Amino acid sequence: MNQVKRLVARNAVPLLFAVVCLLGVYFAKMPGQFLLMEIVNRVARNSFLVLSLIIPVAAGMGLNFGIVLGALAGQIALILATHWEWAGTGGFLLTALMATPLAVLFGFLAGTLLNKAKGREMITGMVMGFFANGLYQFVFLFLVGTLIPFDNPRLRISTGPGLRNTIDLFRLKGALDGLWQIQAGLFVRIPVVTFLVIAALAVAIWAFFRTKLGQEFRAIGQDRHIAGVAGINVDRNRILAIIFSTVLAAWGQLIFLQNIGTLNTYNSHEQVGTFAIAALLIGGASVTKATIAQALTGTLLFHLLFAVSPRAGQTIFGSAQVGEYFRVFVAYGIIAISLALHAWQTRSAAKARLEEDASA
Amino acid sequence: MKEQLLKIYHGFGLPRLIIAGFLLLLIIIAAGTDLSVPGLLSDALVRIGQNGIYVLAMVPSIQAGVGLNFGLPVGVICGIVGALVAMEFSMLGFGGFLVAVLIAIPLAVGAGFLYALLLNRVTGQEMMVGTYVGFSVVAGMCIFWLLAPFRNPAMIWPVGGQGLRTTLTLADTFGGVLNNFLAFEIFGLTVPTGLLLFYGLMLFLVWLFFKTKAGVAMEVVGRNPRFAAASGLSLNKYRTLGIIMSTVLAAIGYVTYAQSFGFVQLYNGPLMTAFPAVAGVLIGGASTREAKVRHAVLGVVLFQTLLTVAMPVTNQLIEGNISEIARVVVSNGMILYALTRATGGEQA
Repeated sequence: MNQVKRLVARNAVPLLFAVVCLLGVYFAKMPGQFLLMEIVNRVARNSFLVLSLIIPVAAGMGLNFGIVLGALAGQIALILATHWEWAGTGGFLLTALMATPLAVLFGFLAGTLLNKAKGREMITGMVMGFFANGLYQFVFLFLVGTLIPFDNPRLRISTGPGLRNTIDLFRLKGALDGLWQIQAGLFVRIPVVTFLVIAALAVAIWAFFRTKLGQEFRAIGQDRHIAGVAGINVDRNRILAIIFSTVLAAWGQLIFLQNIGTLNTYNSHEQVGTFAIAALLIGGASVTKATIAQALTGTLLFHLLFAVSPRAGQTIFGSAQVGEYFRVFVAYGIIAISLALHAWQTRSAAKARLEEDASA
Repeated sequence: MKEQLLKIYHGFGLPRLIIAGFLLLLIIIAAGTDLSVPGLLSDALVRIGQNGIYVLAMVPSIQAGVGLNFGLPVGVICGIVGALVAMEFSMLGFGGFLVAVLIAIPLAVGAGFLYALLLNRVTGQEMMVGTYVGFSVVAGMCIFWLLAPFRNPAMIWPVGGQGLRTTLTLADTFGGVLNNFLAFEIFGLTVPTGLLLFYGLMLFLVWLFFKTKAGVAMEVVGRNPRFAAASGLSLNKYRTLGIIMSTVLAAIGYVTYAQSFGFVQLYNGPLMTAFPAVAGVLIGGASTREAKVRHAVLGVVLFQTLLTVAMPVTNQLIEGNISEIARVVVSNGMILYALTRATGGEQA
C-alpha cells in the first residue's frame, strides 16, 4: 500500500496529465485511427528534441532554453541543402553532417556565455535564444541578397533581399521517415527508422552517463564547488554539456523538419525550446533531474494533449480556439509551476540547512 | 574642468555615450536625406511617452531587490481589462481614460499582491519564474478573451456574438486623449504635451516615493537584505510593496500606451511587453541590483529615439523593415550583457 502511495507521489505530474489527456480524448471524440496517426507522427518528430535537453540538466545547468541555437544550426544547414538541391536519405545525412560543426560552434559560444551567468543559466539561455533569433533574421532577411550573394529564385524573395517565408523541403521530406514504414490499419504508418534513431539516442545517453565524462557531469550537477575541489574542470565540462545538447537539438530539428516537409524560415524554431521543455516537465522531470523515461512519456502526453485539445475545446466550450489557447497555456503554465516549485524547494532546503547549523 | 568632464563621463557611462553618439550620427544622416528630422523627433517623443511608464515600472521592483520584473504582463493584463470595461460602456474622452485607469489600479494591486506572494517564495529565481508567470497569464487570458461577457458589438466578433476581436480601435472612445491635450507645434516638431505631462507626473510620484521613509527602507532591503533584516525591516513587506508598485505602474502604463497607440491588442499582443521595458532600464544605466528614476528616463529616451530614428534612416539605405529586428537584437543583447556581468548574488 505504502509502495503504491510513494509511486503515485513520485509520478504525480505525469499521472495528473494522463488524466487530463484521457478526459481530452473522451471529449474530443476523434476516430481512433486518426488520433493514433497524429500521436505516432508527433512523437516521432519531437522525441529527439526533448531528449537533447537531458544532458545539461544532469550537469546542473537547468533546462536548456538555448536549444533554439541548435535548431537554428539545423535550419541553416537545411537552407544550404535546399540551395544545393541535396535529396533523399544521403542528402539528409549530409545535411546533418553540415549542421554539426555549426552547432558545435553555437554550443561553444552559448556555453562560454552561460559560464559567465552561473546560477541564472535558464533566463540567460532564453534571452540568448531571442538574441540569436534576431541575428538569424538579420542575416537571412537582410544580408542575404545584399552583402551575401545568393540568387536562387526558389529561395529568394523576388522583390527585395531576404529568403522566402516558407521553403519547400520536398527533396528531403520523409528522408528518414520514409525509409521503412510499417502500415498499421488504414492511416497509421509507423516510421520505423525514426524510432530506431530515437532509441539509439536514448541508449547513447544512458551509456554516456556511465562513462567517466558522464560521471563528471553528474558530479558537477550534484555540487559545482565540490566537483571543482575534486579536480574536475567545471567550466570546460559545462561548455561540453551545452555543445552536446546543441548538436543533438540541431539533429532533432532536422528530424522534425523532414517530417513536416516545409521550413517556416523565420519561425519554425521559435517555440522549439518552450515546447520541448514543457514536454520534458510533463513527463515528471524537474530542473535538476531528468531521465530518458520522463522525456519519452512527457513527449507522448504533451503531444496527446496537443492533438486532442482543439476538438475537446470544440465539444466543451463550442470553440476549437479555446482548446488551442488551452494547450499553449498548459505549456507555459507547467514551466512556470515547475520553476517555482524548484526555487521554493531549494530555498526551503537551504533554510533547513541553516537551522540545522544553528542548532548544532 | 577636466575632472568635471570625467565626472560627467562616469555618471553617464560608456554604453550611453556610444548610443547617444550613434543617435547623433543617425540624425545627421537623416538631415542629409529627404527625411524630415522634426517629424522623426515628433515620433520619438510619442514613443517615449508611450513606453516610459513600462520602463519606470522596473524601478520599484529592482530597488526592492526583486530584480528585473519580467512578469510585467501581469500588470499589463489588468490595464487591458480596465480599458475594455471603459470601452464596453462606450465611455469617451478623458472620462474613459480615467475610468480605465481607476479600474486597472485595484485589479493591479490584487494581482501584484498574489504575484508577490509567489515571488517571495522563490527568491533568487524571480526573473525566470516571473517570465513564465507572465507568459502563462497572457496565454490563460486568451481563453478569457474568447469567453468573456463583453457585449459591445464594436468589440466582439461579428459572427457568433461572443469572443473579443484581436485588435480593437480606440478611435471612437479615448484614443489620443493625452496625446492631443494641449499639443502644440514648434519648428515642425509636434509635442504631445498631455502625454509627456502624465509621464512626468508618474516619474515625480515614483521619485517622491523614494524620498519617503518607506521608499528609503525599500532601497535598503534591495541593496543589502541582511543588513535590512538585522535592522528590523521586514524583507517580504517591502518586496511585496515593490512588486505591487511595479504591477500598478505596468497597468497604468498599458492604458497610457493604448490611448497613444490607438488600439488595444488582445490575445498574444502583450506576450513580449516585458523585454523592451527591461532593455530600456538597462540601457539607461541600471543593473539587476540598482535602478534610479533617471535610469528609466535616460533609457527610454535613448532606446525609443534610437528605434524611431533608425528605422526610416536605414530604410533609406537598405530595403526592408529592419526596426523590428533591431529592437530584438538591441534589447536582448542589452539584457544578455546585464545578465552576464559579474554581480554579487546569484540571481536568476
